[in-house]
Amino acid sequence: MNTRRKLLAGMGMGVAALGVAAWQRGSDAPQAIVRSSAGTKNFPNVTLYTHEGQPVKFYDDLIRGKLVTFNMMYAQCERTCPVSTANLRLVQKMLGERVGRDVFMYSISLQPEMDTPQRLREYVARHHIEPGWLFLTGARADIDLVRYRLGFYDPDPLVDFNDANHTGMLRVGNDALDRWTMAPTLTAPEQILSTINHVDMAMAHTAYREPSVV
Amino acid sequence: MKSSFLVTPADNQPGASIDGDAAEQPSRRNFLKGSAALMVAPLLPASAKSRTSDEDAVAAVPASPPTVPWQEFLPDVIGVLDANPLDPSPTGTANIAGGEAGRPSHQRWNEFAARAEPYELHAAQRENWVFSPSYPAQPVWTYQAKEPDLSILSPVVFAHYGHPVLCRIYNDLPANHVGFGSPEISTHLHNLHCGSESDGFPGDYYSATKAGPTLTSPGGFRDHLYSNIYAGYDELQNGIGDYREALGTLFYHDHTTDFTAPNIVRGLVGFYCLFDELDSGDERDPNPSALRLPSHPYDYPLSFSDRRFDADGMLYYDQVNPDGVLGDKVVVNGKIEPVLRVARRKYRLRLLNAGPSRFYQFYLVRPNNVIQPFTYIANDGNLLERPLLNQTFVRLGVAERGDIVVDFSRYPRGTELYLVNRLTHVADDTRRPDRVVAPGVRVLKVVVDREPPEQDLSQLPNFLRPLRPLPSTAELAALPVRRWVFERRQNMWAINGQFLDINVPRAQIPLGGMEIWELASVDNGWDHPIHIHFEEGRILSKTTDGRNVVIPAHERGRKDVFVVNGRTTIRVLLRFRDYKGKYVMHCHNLIHEDHSMMLRWDIV
Repeated sequence: MNTRRKLLAGMGMGVAALGVAAWQRGSDAPQAIVRSSAGTKNFPNVTLYTHEGQPVKFYDDLIRGKLVTFNMMYAQCERTCPVSTANLRLVQKMLGERVGRDVFMYSISLQPEMDTPQRLREYVARHHIEPGWLFLTGARADIDLVRYRLGFYDPDPLVDFNDANHTGMLRVGNDALDRWTMAPTLTAPEQILSTINHVDMAMAHTAYREPSVV
Repeated sequence: MKSSFLVTPADNQPGASIDGDAAEQPSRRNFLKGSAALMVAPLLPASAKSRTSDEDAVAAVPASPPTVPWQEFLPDVIGVLDANPLDPSPTGTANIAGGEAGRPSHQRWNEFAARAEPYELHAAQRENWVFSPSYPAQPVWTYQAKEPDLSILSPVVFAHYGHPVLCRIYNDLPANHVGFGSPEISTHLHNLHCGSESDGFPGDYYSATKAGPTLTSPGGFRDHLYSNIYAGYDELQNGIGDYREALGTLFYHDHTTDFTAPNIVRGLVGFYCLFDELDSGDERDPNPSALRLPSHPYDYPLSFSDRRFDADGMLYYDQVNPDGVLGDKVVVNGKIEPVLRVARRKYRLRLLNAGPSRFYQFYLVRPNNVIQPFTYIANDGNLLERPLLNQTFVRLGVAERGDIVVDFSRYPRGTELYLVNRLTHVADDTRRPDRVVAPGVRVLKVVVDREPPEQDLSQLPNFLRPLRPLPSTAELAALPVRRWVFERRQNMWAINGQFLDINVPRAQIPLGGMEIWELASVDNGWDHPIHIHFEEGRILSKTTDGRNVVIPAHERGRKDVFVVNGRTTIRVLLRFRDYKGKYVMHCHNLIHEDHSMMLRWDIV
């Protein structure tokens, strides 16, 4: 994996195009997919790829020691994703400078074969996503594993296999405290923010407060 | 030792392993390739699918390790919280400088505060609790007295109508806690008729370092003014309210937004029993209007909580499992498979399903599983008009209560009886109960081990407490109706298609109003025990698949939990009296509650 990371890191702007082959190959060791979250101690360390084409280790790079949010989306989703993304964009605005510093936002593609880093980059531009919020794709098996381990599955396989009914949860967690919860991406952004602030030890007040005017 | 397991035919499926068996499971895409039509197929009702298919045979969590039953004894006398003076003195507006969380001011402070009895509880971590001698001593969270009795978890509060209680609840939970549960609390006294600032509103969670979104500032404690008035206080102008609205068996529990399930799994639950002139808590009461039901220590609350333990025997909870964790051990007042020793006389047993997810149908049986009858006197803590004689079971959805009277004088000393649960769930399935299967799982052993020290003078009258007559058909037809549909949405659960927003009321009801709420489910796979805060309701009708369903006798009184299942609509008459403020309605399957099946409504 090291090799691939170095290789990709050295690719610069060409990374997105060449990355296609890399993420579709997936992680070196194939992992069993269990329709179970199996607890937060079991977040897999598979390699995903950001919309900027950077390879990242799911646990080590994205979660370890951090306060994080995850949701599932895909660029072609016309049902709930546009509203969810717009809602989370409002949450990102409320979080302000905390995004990318204290709070790390991640959106994972449900259709990694379609959603190349390039395509996700276009999605980010189209939705005016600010830095600090990463969109992620990868090999199908890795994405599925991550999805299950985040609890983004339905116990009914017929529902679970249908992308159109995908989860609307925002997984919210503080890895240092091993404290995990969720918020619906379609509720009010103030509600989502309160859930994020709830697991942030630095925040005494969980309600949204306008930045004080200097 | 078979009886020590919650093993049912359905539970006993193969494949109860974790990653090991998983390699054989078809992947998501492989499955899809073979059945592309699924992408556009309408969703089949969950009940139509096989639970034993290969795809589904992956059980998420290993079973709890076996336990040796009947090793521990519940106390003969339940632990009761004593009053103690509060320092600093309570105040109508929040004493923020003194360390209180920033709550709204108490309503009706001047009417009740001066004569309120002071109580103090501390939410705290108890380090070495033993659920069963088969498991290691381990930390739990509990409410406890200032000077805690370490032999019990949360003590019972005995309170009386006409005697307000000022309950100060400190949050002493470890702020740097790691693992499931979040160390903030907002303590809801389930079914109490009180101001919203004392109701344990979910957004009002607090700790010394944290303020919920509907509080103004953090605090190490919060004061709760439990006025202990009957609903109808303003209407009757008699200084106490309508005695037909009396509540009896209540329970207090944490209600923190997003974390109610893990915090209750950690242990934040206790009983609160309310007495009045009729149900006076004194079986020797000379007052001719007193019912003289079996009283303390022969009035005994029992809570039942489903719990899962890991391979080391430590309490287990999966924070990211979207369906929660179905407990396969039933913890009774903090103990697994305990023994209750009783005297040869009548007892009042108050049964509570404390959740998070399992439903129960309890029977009292002899060792040969022959069912023993008892008398059912109260549902959801509210005395029925008349006792139901010769009953054989109590069915409880999460948060439902059933008070029964058992006459143990019918048994010779040395008799052993068991409380068994015959209601099964499919393995690891929190969505709804499955079938009633005999002989069931023994969760509590009762041993008739002594003669009572005094003659049993308790009574079981044939009339308990009147119900206020329902409004006329014409009056009912003129009432506002709100319809609430409880359904699955986006891997969570929604009410009328919407998820929780604690800041915005979905209904604003004028003070003193009366309404009909229709609680409806659409049979997409989950049962929902729906709890409405503040005032309990009366079921007017229930329809399933468009057909009228007879309301069972035990549900014809006042209720605060309404189980909707299948294609069902329950019409409930509700009043909104005496207090204003913000309240909630939610599913009391705690994993559904934490996954957004909750809404705020306000009395304005």
